[in-house]
Amino acid sequence: MYEPKIIGFLCNWCSYRGADTAGMARLKYATNVKVVRVPCSGRISPELVLRTFREGADGVMVLGCHIGDCHYGTGNHRTAKRMPILKKLLEYNGIDPERLYINWVSAAEGEKFATVIDEFTDKIRAMTPFEEVMK
Amino acid sequence: MAQFDKTFPTLDCSACILTPKMFNVGNHKNVTMLTWSEVEKVDGYIGNFTVTIRKKARFVNEELCTGCGVCQEKCPKKVIDDVFEAGIGYRKAVYTPFPQAVPKYPVIDKENCTFFLKGTCKACQKFCPRDSIDFDQQDEIITVKVGNIILSTGWDLFDARQIPQYGYGSLPNVFTSLEFERMTNAAGPTSGKVYLRDGVTVPKSVAIIHCVGSRDRNYNNYCSAICCMQSLKFAHLVGEKTGAEVFECYIDMRTPAKAYDEFYQRIMKEGVHFIRGKVAEITDAARTPEEEGKTIVQVEDTLIGKQRRIPVDMVILSAGLEPRHDAKQVAIKFGISCSIDGWFIEKHPKLDPVATMTDGVFVAGACQGPKDIPASVAQGAAAAARVLSIIGQGEIEIEAATSVVNEETCVGCKECISTCPYTAIEFLEDTKKAHVIEALCKGCGTCVGACLSKSISLKHFTDEQLVAEMIGAMRTMTLFEAQGQEVA
Repeated sequence: MYEPKIIGFLCNWCSYRGADTAGMARLKYATNVKVVRVPCSGRISPELVLRTFREGADGVMVLGCHIGDCHYGTGNHRTAKRMPILKKLLEYNGIDPERLYINWVSAAEGEKFATVIDEFTDKIRAMTPFEEVMK
Repeated sequence: MAQFDKTFPTLDCSACILTPKMFNVGNHKNVTMLTWSEVEKVDGYIGNFTVTIRKKARFVNEELCTGCGVCQEKCPKKVIDDVFEAGIGYRKAVYTPFPQAVPKYPVIDKENCTFFLKGTCKACQKFCPRDSIDFDQQDEIITVKVGNIILSTGWDLFDARQIPQYGYGSLPNVFTSLEFERMTNAAGPTSGKVYLRDGVTVPKSVAIIHCVGSRDRNYNNYCSAICCMQSLKFAHLVGEKTGAEVFECYIDMRTPAKAYDEFYQRIMKEGVHFIRGKVAEITDAARTPEEEGKTIVQVEDTLIGKQRRIPVDMVILSAGLEPRHDAKQVAIKFGISCSIDGWFIEKHPKLDPVATMTDGVFVAGACQGPKDIPASVAQGAAAAARVLSIIGQGEIEIEAATSVVNEETCVGCKECISTCPYTAIEFLEDTKKAHVIEALCKGCGTCVGACLSKSISLKHFTDEQLVAEMIGAMRTMTLFEAQGQEVA
């Protein structure tokens, strides 16, 4: 068993605030996810995700506002379209698409934030470390 | 509002509230009113809009016309007024919607005017004391420069013909709410008297049907917000004007605002019968001798758990509110968005209910969602205040973290333009490059994610910055791992 390294890209308005909510509620969740704040999940370019894998991340989380709640109106619509395509691209390149995780977490959903972090960490932990896969 | 006679819950005269306001607007030195005009195009951004407007030919010279109304008197052509009179009254081919309309200049209805159809008549021109009728007038395109825009395009009435089992259009004595409003209006086609479709018989019993086309998954899911109160008002007016027995068929009674529920209590005391249940059918097929010649309302009374057939003389369908039929095109024109139903979307439902995602464009009234008169007025005043505060400041604050295009690498593929939720990216035709209008950009970075040539970057969230942050996070985790500590 190893401790996976996971980078989470969180949108500033919903998911990042959701992480705050989880913290303020003193919820316990896995410490394997390091957060990078972006203004909107639509800002996350596919290259950024690929670069993160190249740096040796075992998993990448993309969390945004629920559809319809985007601070910018339709930014997360782009994420919703972009990420499934990126998953296919990962698969094509021999990276398990399950290593990329997309979900919507609102600012009020601290509990959901903690849950998705735990679930994703457990899932990645059960996989072979990414470094070994890429050897 | 000009079409109504009374407003709920105070039952005060609608025209008395509205017409002095209209007059004030019409005479205000800072207000230029363009009626009979349509916006063709909107360019620019907050503080700097250029609006192209088609001023349609009204065939009346506004500079000469005094609004004396002689042309309307003399015009020989009578036309059914589908708009203002809801199809139950007439107007002339040269007309103003109603006598107190602002501005006072009439318009000639080209589709019905005898001169435009047959080439003769010109009665209006002959009798006009100021010689202001101009049959050669053409549409005029004008452009105005404005800083802010308020949209208050209102609503359309749900077309009750869409529900065939309610018999509107096929049964003579089924009326829509707007038809009834016109009928009760003292200035309306029946001078405020309530008659059946034959124009002479006073009804002895009236059924009012709530939620026609609202709260119905077959038509509109939403609640139209005003119909319950409007129906209660109808019940009162029918009782007052005819003494008829009134049946209200409702799903839920929604009377949420100040003095609304008191009004409901009052109408209950007036002896109106309230039946909780959605009407299944309105028919003229009688089953018993007493149903003969009546309009029968078939409804399940859910409070007593029984099917009822109520024979009445008149049925009023309290039809719901719908977005304007062209709301989606208008939204595109002004760079704002519509909900699935077609209501304009405000910037934030709680914190910013009058602004839109496009700076400088505000919404007010029922174009944003079904609402009653007080709510529309409040929103209108709020929108005006927001605009005034922007004008008063003289400057606007823009987002610090905006996107910038690297013109050297931009290939002009226009991919970013379609992704921008704020229409903040324009295509420069001369250089064939994308360009971010900083006044409009809100810094979401969606364009950065979409740019295929990596030519757009978002200030404070550049690729370098995010990658550095990510690498830093990775290193911390690796470091802790090497030290055998928990990754935290």
